[in-house]
Amino acid sequence: MTKKTISVARELLASNRQAASAIRAELRARGILCVNLLSSPGSGKTTLLEALADRFRDRFRMAVIEGDIETERDAERIRAKGVPAWQITTGGACHLEARMIGKVLGDVPEAIDLLFIENVGNLVCPASYDLGEDLRLVLLSSPEGDDKPAKYPQAFLSADALVLTKADLLPYLPFDPARAAAEALSIKPGLKVFTVSALRGDGVDGLAGYLVEALERLRSGRA
Amino acid sequence: MHELSLIASVFDVLEEKAREHGATRVTAVVLKVGVMAGVVPDLLESAFDIYKKGTLAQTARLEIVVVPTKLRCPDCGGEAVREDGDFSCAGCGSRKVEIVEGRELVVERIELET
Repeated sequence: MTKKTISVARELLASNRQAASAIRAELRARGILCVNLLSSPGSGKTTLLEALADRFRDRFRMAVIEGDIETERDAERIRAKGVPAWQITTGGACHLEARMIGKVLGDVPEAIDLLFIENVGNLVCPASYDLGEDLRLVLLSSPEGDDKPAKYPQAFLSADALVLTKADLLPYLPFDPARAAAEALSIKPGLKVFTVSALRGDGVDGLAGYLVEALERLRSGRA
Repeated sequence: MHELSLIASVFDVLEEKAREHGATRVTAVVLKVGVMAGVVPDLLESAFDIYKKGTLAQTARLEIVVVPTKLRCPDCGGEAVREDGDFSCAGCGSRKVEIVEGRELVVERIELET
């Protein structure tokens, strides 16, 4: 019997990263902007997507990949807006992985401008998994409290934009949007911050404009 | 809370390496886990103990090397470990820092018997 020590240095997330890079390359080649939405359960991801579907209607074609532990409910809500949607039910897994997106990608119609991925509601695990997106939005709703960025730094560090949702509830809650934004910006300088009420529609245009600019940038870079 | 699926990936690596080296047993596994990797070392240990039963690594010991967050500052060129959750340069206070260490999830080395 011989004992051996083997140097391995193998990254556990390497295969996810490779799958994500392939997705990013494919979507960019097709001129599709991919946006990953990450937040706690109940923070308003689906409602925000419904509001964006209303804004983009007749101007930009969007599609949505929904990630949930169980049920088709979110995909049904999106389809009710006339937007193609695919539901991935993870059956317990706390995040989406790139290969799950890869399996759906072939079904996404050619003529799409924006592909949204609504991650499983969870402010921790999805932050570690690149899905091949161009933009990552992290949502923080007013009932959750303005002290969350420092408690979940990875989600905010990995994001391109912060969307403070449920602004219609601000009069009733101690949530201070300026404090939440300042804390998030201290973790990730340069983070874009939007305050929206998807229910009333306040602030949705600003976010929609940001996404359209990113889409135009992506397409102009695609000579 | 995806520690069990990460441990499943660890075992993919173990099986591959055990085959490659004709090992009869895996006796130790060393993982490097960054504090920013979004996983809990205690849960990795529990998952490892569940997963190893009936495998070549049945009696293996799991060693976890926790890697603290290290920041590099493009403004002053400084590099420092920050353990207080403050993402600014310890030298000049700049917030434009890059995280150079602390996100690792790596199978560093394994010990085998052949």
